[in-house]
Amino acid sequence: MEDEAFTDINGKSISLDCQSHSSLCSEFIVSVPKVSIGKVMVYTCCVWLLAYAVFFFTENTAVLSSAIFITLVGMMLHIHFVKVDHESLLVIGSLGIQVSSSYASGRETTTFIEMSKIKDIVINEAIYMHQIIYYLCVLLKEPSDPNAVSSVVPLFQSSKPRLNCLVKVYKSCQEIISKC
Amino acid sequence: MVLKIFFPQCCNRADSGLLVGRWISSQDSAVVLAVIHYPFIPGHVKQYIQQVSMQAKSGVELSVLGSWSLPKDGQEGMESFLRDLSTIFPQERWLQINREVGKMGFTCQVLQRDQSKTLILDIHWLYTVALELSDGLPPQNYKSSLTCPSSPLIQMFQTVANSQPLFFLDRYDDGPLKSTHWQTEGREASIIVELLKQACIPLCMLIGWLLSIWTWICNIRIFSLYPLRFLSSKLSTCVQLSYRTEYMRLLSSPKPAAGHTQFMRKANIVVSFLVDVALGMLLIWWLYRDNHITMLANTLVPAADHVAKELDELLQWLMGAPAGLKMNRALDQVLGRFFLYHIHLWISYIHLMSPFIEGILWYGGLSACLGLTFALSLLSDMVALLTFHIYCFYVYGARLYCLKIYGLSSLWRLFRGKKWNVLRQRVDSCSYDMDQLFIGTLLFTVLLFLLPTTALYYLVFTLLRLLVVLFQGVLHLSVDFINSFPLFAMSLRITRPYRLAEGVKFRVLCEEPGTALHLLMEINPLKCSAVVQTYRTPTYSCYPKDSWAALVKKLFVGELIYPWRHKTTKTD
Repeated sequence: MEDEAFTDINGKSISLDCQSHSSLCSEFIVSVPKVSIGKVMVYTCCVWLLAYAVFFFTENTAVLSSAIFITLVGMMLHIHFVKVDHESLLVIGSLGIQVSSSYASGRETTTFIEMSKIKDIVINEAIYMHQIIYYLCVLLKEPSDPNAVSSVVPLFQSSKPRLNCLVKVYKSCQEIISKC
Repeated sequence: MVLKIFFPQCCNRADSGLLVGRWISSQDSAVVLAVIHYPFIPGHVKQYIQQVSMQAKSGVELSVLGSWSLPKDGQEGMESFLRDLSTIFPQERWLQINREVGKMGFTCQVLQRDQSKTLILDIHWLYTVALELSDGLPPQNYKSSLTCPSSPLIQMFQTVANSQPLFFLDRYDDGPLKSTHWQTEGREASIIVELLKQACIPLCMLIGWLLSIWTWICNIRIFSLYPLRFLSSKLSTCVQLSYRTEYMRLLSSPKPAAGHTQFMRKANIVVSFLVDVALGMLLIWWLYRDNHITMLANTLVPAADHVAKELDELLQWLMGAPAGLKMNRALDQVLGRFFLYHIHLWISYIHLMSPFIEGILWYGGLSACLGLTFALSLLSDMVALLTFHIYCFYVYGARLYCLKIYGLSSLWRLFRGKKWNVLRQRVDSCSYDMDQLFIGTLLFTVLLFLLPTTALYYLVFTLLRLLVVLFQGVLHLSVDFINSFPLFAMSLRITRPYRLAEGVKFRVLCEEPGTALHLLMEINPLKCSAVVQTYRTPTYSCYPKDSWAALVKKLFVGELIYPWRHKTTKTD
């Protein structure tokens, strides 16, 4: 288990955890820093001050209760649908690759891609506004046409690690995939 | 050389014995289906397996894969006995899986074969899921990761689905052989489902008979006269009726559902229909108590009067100097009086109908027993009928405005010395005569100065019409929602997520050095949004015909807009 200081493309620090379960199977987990309590407090205070200002002018208590309701619902939706806690990649030689992302509320979404549909795992460049970013992706092929790339599945989309982290994951994946 | 063994989770704690299953040698994997317990007579086992192989679907060749040992107290001689069995059952490869009580991992060896690594996949699967995944689920408009027919996972699920006869015997039977498999602890079933299955056929016959009567009524000649046919295609109640008949016809066929998609569609239709009728009954219960109908009828005529009065005032305002704009007096008076007369006619018509309104409401409310959708469509139709005058005003205003705009644009071209070339579909220069230019400019000026008046009337009536259309649109959207939302699929996804599978997911169970790698394979259920998208019942959904830009352009030019379009052909 290694834990060096990696950062994502915006400079926030993330952590990578490589577990090699056997020579044919390894798992990579990229964890993003959790929701910071300072940010939560700032947003809540802003919303409530605004609601209080509106209440001051309209004298309607429904404004206050709706502000509380909106804050709560917004926070719940954020941690359930938006805030990713960690993303993992499980490579099982001769079976396939499993990509899963787990959200702050505990929800997990998983996709499994079989080995027969995988052409290769590569690091690709993308131009995003004023930046050029690197991302790891899986190239898929149709079993009927092994030479054509049918689609591209990008990995680690929410955590967006930098090149040093990607190179590490790439090397271990290639070891396993090239064996079978 | 990687060997994959699919081992059912139910056999984790089974007593020692023989492993029965199937080798999928093209992918170097083995599917373990059952464990036959010690003591047994090898001859009996061979006979049983041969019998089951013949009965199994599509000739799945089952065989003895190897031995499983979970030594309990008092069974020390087991190991050597099980090892000697490999000589009795001649196989290319003989699997030996051992497990110690208290340890999680299995040790497994394969005899007579060089093996470098073995992966053991431990799975927990259920029959219905196996059926769907082996049918080549998912439905066509959805991509899954398991669509390749030669993948080891699909083959594995197919093996389970096709080996039904193996699961008839289990360890609680009194025969010579006792086995453990995933159906030993009982299949998942429910009394309600079994009762429904029995009640299906007579229900289908009843529905079919009722449908035949209804179709006979609908096909009476008098109903296919032109005006009635046109009316019935415009009234949303008739559209809803025909849609419902269509789906009842689908339900009434006595054959069982052909595949998973068909079954889900039928189930969704039944559940939507039941929910619809339940909501309709609720509405009826609310409507018919405490004289709500009389109250509604008594508020309807004053409401219509109020609307007419407001329109009157609006027209008087327009005939004066609305918002400080100066109108052309003569045109203003003409248009204003024309519309005022219309309103007067309409109010007399409403007053004529007022004694019948309560009766109409009473009988109309009864239609809600067919379902809430019928009540809503009836409401939408009634709103359309009651606001017919607004529709008329809108059409008059739009036509006038449209004519004016066309006239203006053509005369503006004349003013600049150009002409529209119909053949070439472009604007060409043209030399006009003096008198043509004179009259053209005159007309252009007249039309231009009359433009604000017409434009204002057009604006006001278009806004009113859009308001009515919006209200009708909301009603239609809710009807469409009730019709097409896959309630059965959604509730199945929430209560039994393993029945709607998108794929599988793996979890590393344990790794002890020296043992094989264990993975737990679970069913990955469909996402809720994917459930709605896949199992949506196709309806005559009404959706906007034009994009926003096209709509605004049409409004500006004065073309008549029909913002909602009904799809006439259902697409599956």
